[in-house]
Parts: sequence; C-alpha cells; structure tokens
Amino acid sequence: MVDTTQMGTPPRKTSLTHSSAQVARRKRKDVVLQGFGIAAILIAFSVLFILVASLVRTGYTAFVQTHVTLEVFVDPGEISEEGLPRGGFRDVLTAALLENLPEADPDEDARAVRNILSNGAQFDLRDRVVADPSLIGQTITLTAPVSDPFDQLNKGGVNRETPEDQRRVNNQEVAWFDTLAEAGLISTPFNIGLFTHADSRFPELAGLKGAIVGSFWALLTCFVISFPIGIGAAIYLEEFAPRNRMSDFIEVNINNLAAVPSVVFGLLALAVFLNWFGLPRSAPFVGGMTLALMTMPTIIIATRAALKAVPPSIREAALGVGASKQQVVFGHVLPLAMPGILTGTIIGLAQALGETAPLLLIGMNAFITSAASSPFDASTALPTQIFIWADSPERGFVSRTSAAILVLLGFLVTMNAIAIYLRNKFERRW
Amino acid sequence: MTLIAFILLAVLATVGYVLNRQAAAAITADGTRLHSLKHFHGLFSLLSVLVPVLVLLCLYLALQTPIINMVTMASLPDGVLDGMGDGAQQLVLAEIRSVSQGRVFGTPEDWKIIAAERMVALYQYADIAMVTMVIILSSVILVLTRRRVTAEFRARQAAETIIHGFMIACSTVAILTTIGIILALAFEAIRFFEMVPFTDFLFGVNWEPQIPIREDQIAAEGAFGWLPVIVGTAVVATIAMLLATPIGLLTAIYLNEFAPRGLRAVVKPVLEILAGVPTVVYGFFAILVVAPALRGAGADLGIGISPNTALAAGGVMGIMLIPFISSFADDALSAVPRALRDGSLAIGATRGETMLKVQFPAAIPGIVGGVLLAVSRAIGETMIVVMAAGLMANLTINPLDSVTTVTVQIVTLLIGDTAFDNPKTLAAFALGLMLFILTLGINVLALRIVRKYREIYD
Repeated sequence: MVDTTQMGTPPRKTSLTHSSAQVARRKRKDVVLQGFGIAAILIAFSVLFILVASLVRTGYTAFVQTHVTLEVFVDPGEISEEGLPRGGFRDVLTAALLENLPEADPDEDARAVRNILSNGAQFDLRDRVVADPSLIGQTITLTAPVSDPFDQLNKGGVNRETPEDQRRVNNQEVAWFDTLAEAGLISTPFNIGLFTHADSRFPELAGLKGAIVGSFWALLTCFVISFPIGIGAAIYLEEFAPRNRMSDFIEVNINNLAAVPSVVFGLLALAVFLNWFGLPRSAPFVGGMTLALMTMPTIIIATRAALKAVPPSIREAALGVGASKQQVVFGHVLPLAMPGILTGTIIGLAQALGETAPLLLIGMNAFITSAASSPFDASTALPTQIFIWADSPERGFVSRTSAAILVLLGFLVTMNAIAIYLRNKFERRW
Repeated sequence: MTLIAFILLAVLATVGYVLNRQAAAAITADGTRLHSLKHFHGLFSLLSVLVPVLVLLCLYLALQTPIINMVTMASLPDGVLDGMGDGAQQLVLAEIRSVSQGRVFGTPEDWKIIAAERMVALYQYADIAMVTMVIILSSVILVLTRRRVTAEFRARQAAETIIHGFMIACSTVAILTTIGIILALAFEAIRFFEMVPFTDFLFGVNWEPQIPIREDQIAAEGAFGWLPVIVGTAVVATIAMLLATPIGLLTAIYLNEFAPRGLRAVVKPVLEILAGVPTVVYGFFAILVVAPALRGAGADLGIGISPNTALAAGGVMGIMLIPFISSFADDALSAVPRALRDGSLAIGATRGETMLKVQFPAAIPGIVGGVLLAVSRAIGETMIVVMAAGLMANLTINPLDSVTTVTVQIVTLLIGDTAFDNPKTLAAFALGLMLFILTLGINVLALRIVRKYREIYD
C-alpha cells in the first residue's frame, strides 16, 4: 500500500536552485507576515505623522499675533492726570481707529470699530500713561493686538468666500480691516504674549506663563520629594534589605503602584491632602506631592536597575580595603550608578509633566489670570491649561491649544534629549 | 515663615556638623586616635538634628491648618452655626478664610470678621511657635550630640544607623501610599454606600448622578447603578484593544525577527515618542481630527455616528497602547532562548514559521501579561475619554453611540466645587474604589503571569 501511494505522487523536485511549489508557498507566507509587520509599523508612523501635522497645522498660527499700530492722541478731555488710573482710554483708542477709517461713521460705527482692537489694548495704553503722565496731550504710537475675529481674518482662519451671515466678521468689518492693512498699520510679529501672559477669557490675550510657572513649581516639588525618597528606598531594597516577606511585599507594592490609574492618585490627593489635611486647592505644591507619589515607583525601578548594573567587583574591592557597607554604597556604587538614576528620574519627571487627571481632581484647572509666585498659590499647569483651552468655545483657542501642546511636547522632547545625552555621555558599560 | 524655619534648620544642622567635626579634630590634636573619622562625628550631629526636626516640621505644617480651622470654628459665637449642614459650615469657614487673607466680598457679618482676625492671629502664633520649636529643639540636640564626641564614640555606626532608618522609612512610603489609597477610597465609598445600597450600585442600570434638590425627587434613589458606566468602559477598552493588539504584536514580530538593524534603530525611538505623548494630547487629537473624520466618513456611508462616538475615544486609546504592547511583546520574544529559534531554523523552517510556531508560542505568557497590563491601562485611562467620550450613561454596546466610562464619571463628578457630604461626590469615590480593585486584580494577574514565565527560562 505504502509503495503504491508513493508511486502515485511525483517525486519531489527540490534542490538549492529550484524550489518546489510547497517551498515557494511557505516562502510567500513569510513575505506576507513581513508585509503585515511593515503595514503595522506604517500605521503607527502615519498616526504619529498625522498627530504632529494636525497640531502644527492648527497651532503654528498661534505663534504669531496680528497687531495694529495706531497714532493715538491722548486726549486731555478724556484722560486727566488727577483721574488716573481711570480715564476714557477706550474712547481715545476708538478715536484713533476712526481716524484711519474715513468710511466709518464716527457715531454709528464707534462700537463696531472699537471691537477691532483687543480688550487688552486699553490696559496697555493705561499702563503707559500711568507710568508717564506727561504723555497726556501728546500723540503716541501704540501697537496692540487685534481681537480674535480679526486675528483669524488676517491669518486666513476666516474664509472671505463664505456668505456674510455665516462669517464671524461682516463685509463692513472686512473692508475696515483691509483699509487698515492697506495703510500698512497691520503687522504680524511673533506672539511674545503666548509666553508672557497668563490665562485670559480673550484668546488674543491668553498666554501660557501661568501654566508654565505652575508646572515648574509642581515639578520642583515632585522632584524634591520623590528623588531622595525614591533613591533611599531603592538603595535599601537593592543593597541592604534582607530577602524576606516584608521586602517581597514592598516590591509587589511598588510594581502595583506603577500600574495604578493616575485618576486614583487624584482621588487619594483629594481625600487626604485637601479634605483631611486641609491643604489649599489648586496649589502646585499639592499637585507636586501627588505627582511625586506617581513618579516614585519609576525612580525606584530605574535606580535599582542602575545599582544592579554596577559590577560586584567594585563592591568587593571597597569592602576588601575596609570600607563599611554604607561607605561602599554611598562612596562607590551610588556615584557610578548616578547617570542611570538621573536618566530614570528625568524620564519620570517628563511623565509627571504630561500628567493631567490627578491635577484636574485637585482643582488645577481653575481660571487664574496671574502666574503663581509660590507653590502654594492657585495655579494651572501646562496639561490642565491645554484641557481648559480645548474646552473653550472661541475659535482662537483651537490654535492656542495646539500651540500649548507644541510647547508641552517641546519641553518633553528637551527633557528626554537631556536624559539620552546623559545616558550616552556618562553611562559606563562593564 | 515656613521658608525661614527650613533655612534655620539647615543652618543649625550645618553648625552641628562643623562643631562636632572641630571637636573631633581637637581630640586628635594631641595624637589620640578616634574610633570614627572626624567626618562621621560631624555627620552624626547633622543627621541627629535634621531628621527628627524635619519630620516634626512636616507634621506641624500638615496639622496646622486643620487645627486652626477647628479652633476658629469652635470659637464662633454660640448659635450662628445652628441648623447648618456640613456643607454650609464649610462655606462659612471658606468665607472666614478668604476674609482673613484680605479678600473681602460684599459685607460679611461682624462675627465672621472677628473670626477672621482670630484666624490671622492664630497663624501668627503658629508661625512663631514653629520657628521657636525649630530653634529650641535643634539647639538641644546640638548640645546633646556635641557632648557625645569622645575618642571612643562610635560615630560612624551611629550615623549609619540613622541613615539605615531613613532608608527603611523611604521604602515603606510605597506601602503607605497603597494603604492611603485603599483607606481614602474605602472610607468615602462606605459613606456612599450608607446613602445608596450596595446592591443598587452594583446591579442598577441607571446612572444619573444628580443630587435631589427637593425631597420628593427620584434622583436620590436608583440613579446610582454603575452597569451602564462599566459597560461603556468595556466598550471603549475593547475597541482600543482590538486596534492595539494586532498592530502592536505585528510590530513586535517584525522588529524582533525581520527588521534590518537600521530600521529597528529608527522605529524603536519613534514608538517611544508615541508612548511619551501625554494623554491630554491624544484627547485633543481625538476631538480635533479623529471624531470629525469618523463623522464625515459615517455621513458619506449614510450611517449616523454620534459626535462622542466610542470609536473615536477607543481608537485613539488604541493608538496610545500600540507602543506599550509592542515593547512588552518585543521583550517577551527576546527572552525566548535563542536555541529554540536556531533549532527550528536548522530543521528547515522558514523564519516566519519559526516565529509563529516556535518563538511566539514560547513567548505567549509574557505577551499575555503585557496585553493584560494594556487592558488595565485602557480601563484606567482618563484624559482621552474625558475629552472624547460622552457624559450620558447609555446602556449600549454599539460602538457608534456615545458611551461614558468610569474615569469620565469620576472626573466630571469631582471637577469644580466638591463638598464631601452628598452622594454625588461620594459616588466618584465608590467608582474609584471599583476601578482600583479592577485594575489591581488585572495587574496582579499580569505580573504573576510574567513572573512565572520568567522562572521557566532564567
């Protein structure tokens, strides 16, 4: 039987140069698997590309801001030295605008014309006049941001082809703006306000200063708490702890803490720090403590790995010349492990910088128009500022949100680059 | 004042170091040999001052505000707080506090102003007491440690004992955090279950967390059933895993076996970038790009897609999880002994067959562990769903519909003002407790699988 079946099938024709159909099929399967793999990587790459491209496309406009330059006559009739800091700054500005808009009716259109300028312009003018009251009665040159709809118009965010009733600026306003542009009064410089202003209800005035300062205080607190405690715990567990149930339990705890959802840490902070201890709401200090609890497992794990990488010969040599166990660790092992520890710490802090949910729960999403001067003042942080702006209905905040994200990503890339540099520069391999 | 206290402490500790070091140096001047190096005598004094006073200072700062609040509230004139609930008393306290900080809105009653003045005075006393405490305590310790400097004193052992104790304390912080999480969640959740029966919460199919404004409103009863919320969480997590698992695994397989060295060197960092993008950014990406694109596609195909569709949130979450799964799977595949792979190749299997039939099955425990950790992440992920998923709890498994998740509800219930005396706020802690238990269970399972697998080959 066996023989007959064998005679029925043709003998296989395989050699190194000619492969049979079966081998070809098997090889094809290999190619298909590779194709799937490449496709998967391409998907991941294209998503990252779309992510960055869409952020840049919507966000780059927020890095410049449309300004209008006006010759403002500081009318003594409106502003008097005795009345400072009150005065008709807004009317003075409106008059200056009207001067450049011959087609606008000074009485009927005053209100509409006034809206070309940002609400912050009058405060700029007020600050200048208060600083130097001799300006009253003179004509000064003032460059001020225009309000959001006109900013959008200038940057191409408003399509002039859309019907008037669906546009945020009507034909008349477009004509006014064009008049100002033709007169050379419109400029689009780099938006310094994005970094020097705190939050504002008006997109053209809103900036990231408060958020950056808040994030700085929170990260500083986080570092001051988590770095020494994390290293202390790691050294103990790696170098001193006896292998028993207690140290096993601590290890399991650390590994689990690293995987606890961040929102749970927010709940912990809300119940313990705010409700039981009565610490202030929205304070970067509380945010930093919460972030420290989340960063600690990362630092502990990185430190232990770095300590483990130091060869035992170093320890044995130091012990051999009579150093105590702690002298060995603090004098020899720890300095050698430092680059690895710092790398892990910076990566942990970068994660903490992007963390949002726990900060939301302790109220760091409040609307605060000045930067915090200490870690105990109410403040926002970069990620929560992004969340606030993403929730704001004004069109101008879409590009601000993207710009804020680009700034945040810039910080993260810088931190990671420093970490990689440290690792490459100082890490020794034995 | 707090800053001054800390600076004073640092100065006094340094003084202790210098004094003891000099004292030790003086002993050696006539040729006597010390047991410990001079440095350790100094270090002993520094640590003896620093550690206890620092601990006391932190405790003091933590307890100062609650105690001052209590004293202020207790010293209010009789009767003004009569008939007030917890929430109203909190409001009074907040008003007194803001008056004491100089932020006066409207015209507060006289007793509130008096209380605010008392609060300011209490804080001043507390500050003075704090600084005095630091000075006296540090000085006493300074004198005590200074007197212990002798040639025989084992300063190194003493200093090392303190350092050892400090390190043990550090490593218990992880345990304390876990205990803190469990206590905080359980404590508030129990208060919630006193108001809403546990079975109603566990099996209820309606989630409408409003507080009743009138006594006869139905919102108080039966509106805290978490089933629609957990089902929504499951829907979003499933979508995320359906996207992330195949892409992540295929990426890992390709990188591990087929990718040229140069390509691997490019792909790995790019995946790390994807992993490092904050979730709030993914959330904005979901509402800016993905959700409108899905709606547009749905409109073209004639399918109605909700603006808060679970697909958008789940899909973006899946993208977030790709690098997580691929790096776990890559590690697991790399941990398979090379002999298995070489043996398979040697008997004529192609690289693809070796990967799918030998290496992948051998790596399965590690991969399953990684995927489980990804599931736990998907369940606990907050910002993407807060921004892209819905708020209304619909009991549905249709991915085109809007669903809500556990984390969305926690954040929306606690954002803004929070008073700890109503079921609406406390419900967030009950949800948090369930979330914690769920993710903890998955994590423990995953870590156990990973660890068990490692034991086989190492």
